[in-house]
Amino acid sequence: MGMTITEKIMARHAGRSDVTPGENIWCDIDVLMTHDICGPGTIGIFEERFGRDAKVFDPEKIVIVPDHYIFTADPRARRNIGILRDFAKRQGLRFFYDPDFIDIDSDGIPAPYADATTTSYRGVCHSALPQNGHTRPGEILLGTDSHTCTHGAFGELATGIGNTDAGFVMGTGKLWLKVPTTQKFVFNGELPPYLMAKDLILHVIGEIGFDGATYQAMEFTGDAVMSLNMEERCTICNMAIEAGGKSGIIAPDDVTIDYVNDRARENAPEFEIVESDSDAKYEAVCEFDVSKIEPTVAQPHCPDRRVLAREISDVKIDRSYIGSCTGGKTIDMIAAATVLDGQSVKVDTFIVPATTEVDCDLDSCKVNGKTLREIFVAAGCEVGPASCAACLGGPQDTFGRANKPVNVVSTTNRNFPGRMGHKEAGIFLASPLTAAASAITGYITDPREYYAPDKAVGLA
Amino acid sequence: MNTNTKIKGKVYVAGDNIDTDQIIPAEFLSYNPSDADERKFFGRYAMSGVPIAQSGLPQGNVKFTPDDAFASEFAVIVAGANFGCGSSREHAPLAIAEAGCTAIVAESYARIFYRNCINGGYCAPCECEEKIYDKFSTGDEVELDIAAGVLKNITTGAEFQLRSLGDAGKILAAGGVFDYAKETGML
Repeated sequence: MGMTITEKIMARHAGRSDVTPGENIWCDIDVLMTHDICGPGTIGIFEERFGRDAKVFDPEKIVIVPDHYIFTADPRARRNIGILRDFAKRQGLRFFYDPDFIDIDSDGIPAPYADATTTSYRGVCHSALPQNGHTRPGEILLGTDSHTCTHGAFGELATGIGNTDAGFVMGTGKLWLKVPTTQKFVFNGELPPYLMAKDLILHVIGEIGFDGATYQAMEFTGDAVMSLNMEERCTICNMAIEAGGKSGIIAPDDVTIDYVNDRARENAPEFEIVESDSDAKYEAVCEFDVSKIEPTVAQPHCPDRRVLAREISDVKIDRSYIGSCTGGKTIDMIAAATVLDGQSVKVDTFIVPATTEVDCDLDSCKVNGKTLREIFVAAGCEVGPASCAACLGGPQDTFGRANKPVNVVSTTNRNFPGRMGHKEAGIFLASPLTAAASAITGYITDPREYYAPDKAVGLA
Repeated sequence: MNTNTKIKGKVYVAGDNIDTDQIIPAEFLSYNPSDADERKFFGRYAMSGVPIAQSGLPQGNVKFTPDDAFASEFAVIVAGANFGCGSSREHAPLAIAEAGCTAIVAESYARIFYRNCINGGYCAPCECEEKIYDKFSTGDEVELDIAAGVLKNITTGAEFQLRSLGDAGKILAAGGVFDYAKETGML
């Protein structure tokens, strides 16, 4: 019996020739990622269990990416940066993306990096990891964040874990993992210009439900998926967790390999291309014809409350939010700028580049001869510094946080009660094209009203 | 945790899809769970993100932990499907346990939350195959026998069979993944 890509990766990391879904096995871990929310707790557990002077299993394989509570006056948030700094120094970690502009002894909201090109800070971990060469086909990457499933876009097994598991990995380089069954999702056809990866994954979640892939790997394939660039593939895998998935995964191809090689650092490990066997066993296979999918929105307060954007064009919104690991990448910014060029927004519109690299791209990437930043500013948007910002609400003073019961159209990934701040705020999840079009009208708006290019924006 | 004792006390009832933002809202995540003085605040804010009308079903408007307190009077949470969905924050099961509640009985769980309950040794994530949250009222007296797999509603007399915790039960009984790894020679 053949194996899926996920089963093969797990077998290789357990020193086995094969594995069966449902088995619990000890796997070797290639990369452990943590950030400022879960890092201090993880470090606490590591030091409690292995000793204050214990060394991590490999200082090259632990990546710390502070990104959640950066631009806040919360003194504990600043203190947490200090804990990470101290730990990274003591352990000699090679990859600590320090928000070097934060003075942990000062008060107030830290002034952002003066120069996005020179700071050691990166921003949102799930965009920073690929950009900085930490995602490779065939590996196992664990992170203390549920959206770690994003990195399955690179043909690796990537999933979120808690502090205790992360503390265990920090000390041993291993963790027991259950081999998941796999559901396959095939998107056939040529992606229409008005669709983005976000529409595809919202469509899937609406189809199978919010817990439709609980404990399972979600394998994505088909012409439409394989035509996408890496940023768009990341958007698809990013939201596997919103259907309960353990992981999302896309088999590596030339697009993947080119991206990974382009971002590889010196001494980067060799990687191995792994693919599913033709006779691999799937729990279910769902096929979609992308020409039948339309711009899609998830209504409050659950990512599976699927509706077409044009079906709720009477829903008034109070703000538009374009950011996060799901919808704050360069391709998302280009998509939004393409719609917003020459327009004025009717509602408060917040633009949050995921990383400092995306922030740089706001000044170097152009649409119709203008930089992305010029387009956003001219349209009346507020542009913030790179971070997770209001995607998960966070402290009250967070940029773009919904502190009142407002309606928000957002390119982020979750719309649970209170997710972006106020418990009664209604979050409508949508693609950057839809979020930008909605910003112009003040209502949920199908981007086709403002956008008519020849081909899809996110193609490789 | 000791999975051989019976847990008796009041039940707190929640619905479907209770996500980790409702269990512990993101604004409290800057507390460091490894600091004893800060850790107790997770007990104070446990379940504080549940919308007021759904807080303590069916009546609503019942706080899991009273204002300014650190401990909850509720010994068991009964909930619907997909409990603990959303983020990987271990602060979620930790908050419930820190409030003094060591067991949940739900129809199903999200994967990472379930794993965190077990590997961190916080609370028993028991499963009942049928929908039961409409057969309990917040404040009912219950008795949970994890080993036997039975949840009794003492107030109404109803009894419910639970699924076995299986392999996960061994890890929980050991105290979590570290203790289990030691017991089995992995550490």
